[in-house]
Amino acid sequence: MRHGLAHQIAFIAWRSVKRTLRQPAVLIPPLVFPLMLMAVNSSGLRAATHLPGFPTDSFLAFFLPFSFMQGALFAASTAGTDLARDVDTGFLNRLALTPLRGWALLVGQLGGATVQGVVQAFVYLSVGLAFGVRFVTGSGGILALLLLSILIAIGWAAVGIWLALRTGSGEAVQSQFPLLFFLLFISSMNMPRNLIEVDWFRDAATLNPVSYMIEGLRTLIIGGWDAQALVLAFGMTSALIVAALTLSAVALRQRMART
Amino acid sequence: MSGHGIEARGLVREFKNVKAVRGIDLEVAPGEIYGFLGPNGAGKSTTVHVLTTLLPPSAGTARVAGYDVRTEGPKVRASIGAALQEAALDPWLTGREHLRLQSALHGIGARERKVRGEELLERVGLTRAADRKVQTYSGGMKRRLDLALALVHRPTILFLDEPTTGLDPQSRSALWNEVGRLARDEGVTVFLTTQYLEEADVLADRVGIIDLGRIVAEGTPEELKAEIAKPTVEASPTEPSQLGAVATVLERFGEQTQGSPGSVAVRLDGKGDLADVVRAFDAAGVTVENLRLHAPSLDDVFLAKTGHRLEGSDEDTETDE
Repeated sequence: MRHGLAHQIAFIAWRSVKRTLRQPAVLIPPLVFPLMLMAVNSSGLRAATHLPGFPTDSFLAFFLPFSFMQGALFAASTAGTDLARDVDTGFLNRLALTPLRGWALLVGQLGGATVQGVVQAFVYLSVGLAFGVRFVTGSGGILALLLLSILIAIGWAAVGIWLALRTGSGEAVQSQFPLLFFLLFISSMNMPRNLIEVDWFRDAATLNPVSYMIEGLRTLIIGGWDAQALVLAFGMTSALIVAALTLSAVALRQRMART
Repeated sequence: MSGHGIEARGLVREFKNVKAVRGIDLEVAPGEIYGFLGPNGAGKSTTVHVLTTLLPPSAGTARVAGYDVRTEGPKVRASIGAALQEAALDPWLTGREHLRLQSALHGIGARERKVRGEELLERVGLTRAADRKVQTYSGGMKRRLDLALALVHRPTILFLDEPTTGLDPQSRSALWNEVGRLARDEGVTVFLTTQYLEEADVLADRVGIIDLGRIVAEGTPEELKAEIAKPTVEASPTEPSQLGAVATVLERFGEQTQGSPGSVAVRLDGKGDLADVVRAFDAAGVTVENLRLHAPSLDDVFLAKTGHRLEGSDEDTETDE
């Protein structure tokens, strides 16, 4: 008999990955919409690169990190909706009747989101490179960007899992996502913080952890190996993963009230 | 009680202001099929959730397979299999993948997992559909897969929560056969909730009738019927004009009850049997076209014990497959 945590995580992740890969409706929109927005913004907002102090003359290079963030939020929606469906249909009860440990469920459930994050990251990156984006940090920077973007996808997916366990409803999970997108829009996604002239917006972007995630991705493309930006980005992302998983563990204990 | 049965004493489960289960006492012997009969909202599923450790009891005690549901949850879960009310399956996984996942989470090794999976797929008749996604399965196929999943780790006690609700008669009968075989050939104890009288009658060794969170009657179907219900005689005259005469004769043998249109029915009160009824018709010169004796049913028992009929007992079933 094998009841090890790793064994359980592997099987829950196996299921999560299968389920994600078998739902084209889950995989395709997160690839298409960020690319569409990237195309529109990189041509429509190109003039912003003429602002004094703008860090690059390619708005596409500047805006590329936004796609990774938007894709991460889609992955969060998928992970949350899938788990909420498990709660709703009673599949979670089926799992609760096995010796499955709570942490194995939480970590394994992130498997699908991780695969989604990897697929998305490669697609956004390939499109960016195909349209002329060049990494000032070279191939090492590309690897670091892939790692950070996948961690960001995992972090937001953990938020989705927490929402699913709190609400138990796919609709409720999806209704929360405009709020997360709002976080994205009040970040430094369109403009470096030092160039935002409206005080409240600059303050909001400064308080918003999403800004630091975007700036970490961005520095790898156009800024260089900026240790402060990278530490903040990886730190915020790690904090998000830890906080969301901890909240999820508490919510899971309440949701899976088995004795 | 041996380690393979179920025992509950004063079991209570409350949700905020609602008492779903109000002090249930029951004993299920090893290898027995216990039918838990009641309408929607009677407390059947809540009782199953408590006995399967998915919900802690608010008060009272319960031991399943010899283990306390409150303090020995993991041991209880290792001993039981459960197919809960809705066949909770992942539409994106195949039948075979479900079995693989379930057996892996029960800690069954890869080789045994494969053998057990094939064995169960064959047993529930899903070998040919094993590699199809569950979203393409009919209701009956989902229920059969659900049963197979409940059996992967060879439990000694099986909980089935309304396993045939919504199934067509053929699928229902196939599931009854399998449940009967499990109890008879493998000695599995079965705790089965149902709102179908026929299911409890056909399948259960003993029946507990639950209404509003309490067990109102318990015994073998025959005991319950003998205790409460009396047979009904129903007669329809050759000439419709003789309906009154038929009623006059029959009323000598018991209280009139609802019969089919154009007929009269009475519940026999022990003053005579069918032969006496026939002789009384002869003596009165009344000719009848049809004379039927209805054996007492569990519905009669339910009515007598609760004051109302079991809703859904004659519900139409969906056709699938």
